[in-house]
Amino acid sequence: MAEKKAVLLQGNEACVQGAIRAGMRFYGGYPITPSSEVAEQSSILLPQVGGKFIQMEDEIASIASVIGASLAGKKAMTASSGPGISLKQELVGYAAMAEVPIVIVYIMRMGPSTGLPTSPAAGDVMQARWGAHGDHSIIAVCPTSVKEMYELTIKAFNLAEQYRTPVYLITDEVIAHMREGVVIEDEYEIVDRKRPTEAPSPDYLPYRCTDESGVPPMAAYGDGYRFHVTGLSHGESGFPTNSPAINEALIRRICSKIEDHADEICFNETFFTEDAEQLFVAYGSCARLSLYVVKQLREAGIKAGLFVPKVLWPFPANALKAVVTDKVKNVIVPEMNLGQYALEVERVLGGKCPVSRISKVSGELFKTEEVYDQAMEVIGK
Amino acid sequence: MTRTLQYLRQNKLPHIWCPGCGNGIVMSSLIRAIDASGIDAGKTVVVSGIGCSSRAPGYMNFDTLHTAHGRAIPFATGIKMANPELNVIVITGDGDCSAIGGNHLIHGCRRNIDLTVVLINNNIYGMTSGQYSPLTPTGAWATTAQYGNIDSPFDIPRLTAAAGATYVARASVYHVAQLSKYIETGIRHKGFSMIEAVSSCPTYFGRKNKRGDAADMMLWLKDHCKMLKPGDAANYLAGIAEYDADYVLGEFVNREAPEYTESYQTVIEKAGGAKA
Repeated sequence: MAEKKAVLLQGNEACVQGAIRAGMRFYGGYPITPSSEVAEQSSILLPQVGGKFIQMEDEIASIASVIGASLAGKKAMTASSGPGISLKQELVGYAAMAEVPIVIVYIMRMGPSTGLPTSPAAGDVMQARWGAHGDHSIIAVCPTSVKEMYELTIKAFNLAEQYRTPVYLITDEVIAHMREGVVIEDEYEIVDRKRPTEAPSPDYLPYRCTDESGVPPMAAYGDGYRFHVTGLSHGESGFPTNSPAINEALIRRICSKIEDHADEICFNETFFTEDAEQLFVAYGSCARLSLYVVKQLREAGIKAGLFVPKVLWPFPANALKAVVTDKVKNVIVPEMNLGQYALEVERVLGGKCPVSRISKVSGELFKTEEVYDQAMEVIGK
Repeated sequence: MTRTLQYLRQNKLPHIWCPGCGNGIVMSSLIRAIDASGIDAGKTVVVSGIGCSSRAPGYMNFDTLHTAHGRAIPFATGIKMANPELNVIVITGDGDCSAIGGNHLIHGCRRNIDLTVVLINNNIYGMTSGQYSPLTPTGAWATTAQYGNIDSPFDIPRLTAAAGATYVARASVYHVAQLSKYIETGIRHKGFSMIEAVSSCPTYFGRKNKRGDAADMMLWLKDHCKMLKPGDAANYLAGIAEYDADYVLGEFVNREAPEYTESYQTVIEKAGGAKA
């Protein structure tokens, strides 16, 4: 069999190609660095497959159009960066509350505020988790390469469809703008939302779960079910209610349908973790340079290892605990922020071993020697 | 009457609106307009934002969507783009549509996407108990304008005509036959339709502005609205027509222009996606 040819792609381009492979047929966008190529590529590729692209008047309108398109039965996506995602947050919460599957590409740049628009950072991982008001859960998938921009965008759509929830594809400017050779595989698993099996009737309950998943099947507007969708608290009927019991059940369900399935949703990559004494936890572009540093440390005789979560939220608690064996003396978290994900690592490990942060907020990617030297300081203690 | 009941979710009634509120009149006008237009109820989506008026879709027996404050038009835009076969109707209020949703309003008009927007103008934020909106008259009392409102209101026909809407009309809850007819014309019209329904909020506008009770407010509408003179629409929109009235009612714009989802179909054809 002839070896498949690699194609040279930019991260954002790969994302759009993956989205279309996943079945995206609607994109609502607004320009912002460093995610604009996602909109541009969508405007080129979507009409080629009969899909729709629209550039809306602002960030809020773009996510609103995406939620509308998803309710009309199309797989839909938007993209932005920190300032734009800040504006979208109310409707991220709407999609969580109304259980509308959408994908939001989140390319992190240096913040807060306008910050450094063309510079990489990872200061928004907590905004992705907690940006929308109210208790809710969220899924955030985090690629570390251009190929993963393709494949994890498919994954993001699959998770959105399976769990009826907004899903972030979150990474930093480096991964989004990097160009790499990518070999596209022949087969990818594609998941479509569960549809109601009963015929339309006045008794139809759009938010009734028919199995243990906690995820109700979803009809599309125009299918004949004539159902109601609201951001107000609602029961199985979809209509607003002030019932404390129904509200309690709803909020617990939209969280537990994700949190209780964290082990199925999360996946990760590990390097040299079997005998690791110095365990790095890193995501996005930091995962790539951390692997280089881990190999250097190995050459220097230090038993270093690396855990790369590919899903940041829900937090991969069990997978992380499994690699933090009794041999691990230090967990080291290099991040392009002041330690946002490190806090979560610390919380989950519950004092089992020290968690050290390596932080950078200059708007530059780490140099490997910076991480190496700071790691050596931690290891030497 | 009995025929139009099929368009209501009767088990969701009674509605939450105050006695004398104009929202029910507009909702029933809309229902009669839908019935008269002959559109397929199973292919009709009614979308709203947040506010008193935006609770209407919950009572209406269609696919219905109660969105976030101000965002009905962009949600509706996504629905219409995703499936242009659907008839998409937006119910919104003066605060929802012209303040927090003002940007979406003008851009919906500019695109001329085939949505029918029914803006219920009761001059006030009713749901939050009486703050001034961009359609509150200058000088009026509001809970946030207790010394009299100093803002100038938008004129919705002028604003939306200038922004590119291809059907623009205004009626009032006193002039119900006209209101229903304009909504029906808007539904039949291919392109962005704006029907402003001048309404009354006895609870939070009428009471504090000395307009009397609900019946008095109806009479006020009768006396303070005037019909647009034939052939005078352009003059009205240009601001050069003189009317001794608080509201001029009539059809201000009714023209043909490329509709957005149809224009997008040409994009698909150019991109080679028509067979996909």
